Amino acid sequence: MLVKNVMKGEVLVQVERLTRSYGDIRAVDEISFTLRKGQVLGFLGLNGAGKSTTMRMLAGVLAPDAGRITINGADLLDQPSQAKQAIGYLPDQPPLYRELTVDEQLHYSARLHGLDRTACRQALLRAKEHCGLVDVGRRLIGNLSKGYRQRVGLAQALLHDPPVLVLDEPTVGLDPMQLREMRELIRTLGRDRGVILSTHLLPEVQATCTHAQIMRAGRLVFSGDLADLERRRCSTHLRIGLNAPPPVASLAQLPGIIRVEELGHGRFRLHHAPGAAPHQAVLERACADGWDLWEITPEHAGLEQIFVDLTLGEAPV
Amino acid sequence: MIFAITARELRGFFLSPLAWTLLAVVQGLLAWIFLVLVDDFRDLQGRLAALDNAPGVTDLVAAPLFRVAAWMLLLLVPLLTMRLLSEERRTGTLDLLLSAPVGSAAIVLGKYLGAMLFLSSMIALIALMPLALAIGAPLDFGKLLAGLLGLILLAGSFTAAGLYLSVHTTQPVLAAVASFGLLLLLWIVDAAGTGHKTADSLFAYLSLPRHYDALLLGLFNSADVIYYLLFIAVFLGLTIRRLDDMRLRA
Repeated sequence: MLVKNVMKGEVLVQVERLTRSYGDIRAVDEISFTLRKGQVLGFLGLNGAGKSTTMRMLAGVLAPDAGRITINGADLLDQPSQAKQAIGYLPDQPPLYRELTVDEQLHYSARLHGLDRTACRQALLRAKEHCGLVDVGRRLIGNLSKGYRQRVGLAQALLHDPPVLVLDEPTVGLDPMQLREMRELIRTLGRDRGVILSTHLLPEVQATCTHAQIMRAGRLVFSGDLADLERRRCSTHLRIGLNAPPPVASLAQLPGIIRVEELGHGRFRLHHAPGAAPHQAVLERACADGWDLWEITPEHAGLEQIFVDLTLGEAPV
Repeated sequence: MIFAITARELRGFFLSPLAWTLLAVVQGLLAWIFLVLVDDFRDLQGRLAALDNAPGVTDLVAAPLFRVAAWMLLLLVPLLTMRLLSEERRTGTLDLLLSAPVGSAAIVLGKYLGAMLFLSSMIALIALMPLALAIGAPLDFGKLLAGLLGLILLAGSFTAAGLYLSVHTTQPVLAAVASFGLLLLLWIVDAAGTGHKTADSLFAYLSLPRHYDALLLGLFNSADVIYYLLFIAVFLGLTIRRLDDMRLRA
């Protein structure tokens, strides 16, 4: 616990009882959370859960009906310039002018954030290098592929070196290679910043985030460490493949195994208690009894299951 | 930061074929009218020489040219202003401006200045035509400047109204039609003869060309200039308010 407290960075974003309605619909309903330095916070939720609305409010594009947002110590309503200077925002559609070149677009954005000429040039170089845009600086944005535009959008959000990044579905439209690069980039950026990103993709959260938040119908139904989330309702299991399988009963007798599921073709799923690690026992028995083990894979109770439970389940947790 | 927005706006104009087409069409049509006016003036010259206090080349060529130019601006400015804010809303680039540390006033002023700089270049090109007459004829520069001032103020008013209407929609064409309607109404509003004295003078005061005509005659009346400045200020103010409002409503 002590170690955990020491590791907690400074608070970058503080959201208190944020509320926003569109007509009669409460898109965001009294949500509160904190983002610290070094955290990559994944926002999960179905379409219309209020993720984008929350992010738009964080970026100052949309005014909240009630609640407070403090960014890097500055209140978004009282000191908008200071607060906005501390945030880099990438909306779900990157805000780019098709008729400009990448360099022109980035230059414009840097000037909007108050960078002077020399700072502009350096910021441009750095952001382009970060996002792999060095070769396309002189190309028209209108002619770029979706993946590149996404990168330009991210470069734009990074330009003024903000301590907080708010990224609304940053990986939509990327090919698998770019996806990996983007995740790597976000992880790197998250080390000395605070990053909030929204997504529908669960693997994405597992791959990039340190923390996760799940929204359902405008409310926050889960918020915490990813490790916490994994531990939650974990009836973890082990999948094994054997060329010479013993009877199911003898598998069930292995220490720590609660239940055995037969998957066919010599594959079994061994259910065990969370925290128990029966793999060693399984391995030893497999060797001793000549089961000819060819596969052993730990399977976590998927984030997906938790996600589905939380977003569709009856009671908010 | 205002100037960053102005510069981008200006660049946007010159990168789009629309702006170049507008420049070419205006210049072409006005050149034709200018030639006709000069021709008429040459025919009249003999008879004018016999008159005392005869109208000069400024009154007979420059003033009518500027009058036609005002009509053209009335038709064309809505096409120029229609995409100023509506396009940014449609493509989502407005988010960049709203999330940057830039106030609504700076956004609106930056865009307004960008459009005005473009229109100023158009007006400068128009002014070159009567100025060319200085080679061979005595020009009344006072009148010419008053007329130019009128044309710029008129363009400024059109632009402010067009900018205001373009913040209301995500469809540029809608903004263009609405601004054209509004401007035309303000152009002909004094045609309504109500027979009621105060109402008539009010309509006359509201009408855009009344104040312009005085300037074309070389009458520099501060009331006319203030009318245009007020007109511009009101519409820019409304645009800024509307932009602030949008964060609340959107």
